[in-house]
Amino acid sequence: MGQVLKLLVQRIALGLLLLLLVSLLVFVGTEILPGDVAQSILGQAATPTSLANLREELGLNEPAPLRYLSWLGGVLTGDLGTALSNGQDITTQIGLRLGNTLFLAFWAAVVAVPLAILLGLLAVRYRNRWPDKLISGLTLASISLPEFFTGYVLIFFFAVKLRWFPSVATVYDSMSLLEKLNAIALPIAVLVMVVLAHMMRMTRAAILNVMQSAYIETAELKGLSPFKVIFRHAFPNAVAPIVNVVMLNLAYLVVGVVVVEVIFVYPGMGQYLVDHVSKRDVPVVQACGLIFAAVYIGLNLVADIVSIVTNPRLRHPK
Amino acid sequence: MRIPVSALIGMILTAGFFAMAAFAPWIAPYGMAEIVGDVWQPRSAEHWLGTDNIGRDLLSRMIYGGRTTIVIATLATILSFTLGAFMGFTAAVIGGWIDQLMSRFVDLMMSIPTLIFALVVLSVMPVSMTVLILVMGLLDSTRVYRLSRAVAVDINVQDFVEAAKLRGEKRTWIIFREILPNALSPLVAELGLRFIFAVLFLSTLSFLGLGVQPPASDWGGMVKENKEGIVFGIGAALVPAAAIAALAISVNLVADWVLNRTSDLKGGRGG
Repeated sequence: MGQVLKLLVQRIALGLLLLLLVSLLVFVGTEILPGDVAQSILGQAATPTSLANLREELGLNEPAPLRYLSWLGGVLTGDLGTALSNGQDITTQIGLRLGNTLFLAFWAAVVAVPLAILLGLLAVRYRNRWPDKLISGLTLASISLPEFFTGYVLIFFFAVKLRWFPSVATVYDSMSLLEKLNAIALPIAVLVMVVLAHMMRMTRAAILNVMQSAYIETAELKGLSPFKVIFRHAFPNAVAPIVNVVMLNLAYLVVGVVVVEVIFVYPGMGQYLVDHVSKRDVPVVQACGLIFAAVYIGLNLVADIVSIVTNPRLRHPK
Repeated sequence: MRIPVSALIGMILTAGFFAMAAFAPWIAPYGMAEIVGDVWQPRSAEHWLGTDNIGRDLLSRMIYGGRTTIVIATLATILSFTLGAFMGFTAAVIGGWIDQLMSRFVDLMMSIPTLIFALVVLSVMPVSMTVLILVMGLLDSTRVYRLSRAVAVDINVQDFVEAAKLRGEKRTWIIFREILPNALSPLVAELGLRFIFAVLFLSTLSFLGLGVQPPASDWGGMVKENKEGIVFGIGAALVPAAAIAALAISVNLVADWVLNRTSDLKGGRGG
């Protein structure tokens, strides 16, 4: 296990370093660029005096490295600052919304992951026949369709014409789980479509890769049924790459959530971020950007850890 | 050489979209911002696709909007390609710590989701067409960088490059005369995919209200303008959304074919 542990520690340390650098990049991205925050906030109404006052108030006269350190210190102690546009505490606001976003992403994953693996297995079983071709076609379509196309088509038919689901996904605490799930059925459907095809395709590729091994040929020659070969022999060996793909797609889900939340006016992080980008509320954008990036990096890290832990060559060194 | 039907359809549609963009003012029956009737009129002989949220002819606006989408996406793709390929080749040819530094920086850029990065940057930059093209092009050049560096590293160790180095050719010669011609086919296959990405990315930004600003509009912005109609059963927003999907699928059909062809040429290894 020594080697595995060493690799894990290395990978986690690298992840933390990456996170630190990303926080720097997010900060630099909003501070060093030619746009001036104070100018952006005041817009047309800017006078030299009001500009100077606002700069003083925002602490923009401090040197940038100092501002970065104090911002980073705040982030580490859970203080994300206050929003420029309405003076609200960002940590509290994010606390209200982060749960909603994770709730949405979680249920999308619960539907998408088993479905993708099942369909991927089917594609392998019927490879180069119509179920496989259909899956290839769907993949092409799904990487070409913007989320808002799928989203509004679903709203148009299922919310407006058929009235099965609400067109606006409002959730609040007093709702029961079932009511909440009904409210977010359409956003979940859009998110599932966004990630499903890619996950299916990668599952298919991972299993096909294993199917070329000699022991699969043995299993086939011994007369096992195709499904048995896939489930008992190929699938267990393809688990690591599949988990990897699942994690990468969950990371993608976190980004897909931004657009989906705006389509369905869902009270989550994505909506919060987009609203404040147009208000040029830099502290909120920095905080949200950092959180999205952290989740993304975290999921990628988990993907790497899973592939290290499940790699039999590392677990049983010669 | 037989061209598969799907690629042929893709080519015809793509050419159609580009022709529409090029000749927009001559094709469009009405002006882009011209108010010609009531709000959200249904399809009629005068207005083939009806009218939009403030009574502009939807078909004309679609044609002009398509022009905006295609022009910005094309320019962003050109920027990401020239920059990404040039940096990638340079990193591969020079190697050493410069290569390490550039590659690690690209890794860092790619560890933040592109949309999130763009939103962070756009929160401080004034939104104009130039800024959009720059942001999209720069962010996407990281992917082109990775691909071109990988391709160039392979080419860089081949005999003819060694020979050129021993002849005493300069680095610019190596990059433009030795590596570029040999790296072209995998890069061309990638071109289509990057263009699709640019189209979808621009549409998403505009849909979020952070891309092309009114009164000008691209297809993503038109979805935003007309989205309120959906709940009243008015499908005006679906038209630009479907157009984005159609453009992306057409280019994809062509890119898919080019990708298969170039990977055949390279003995199935692919770019």
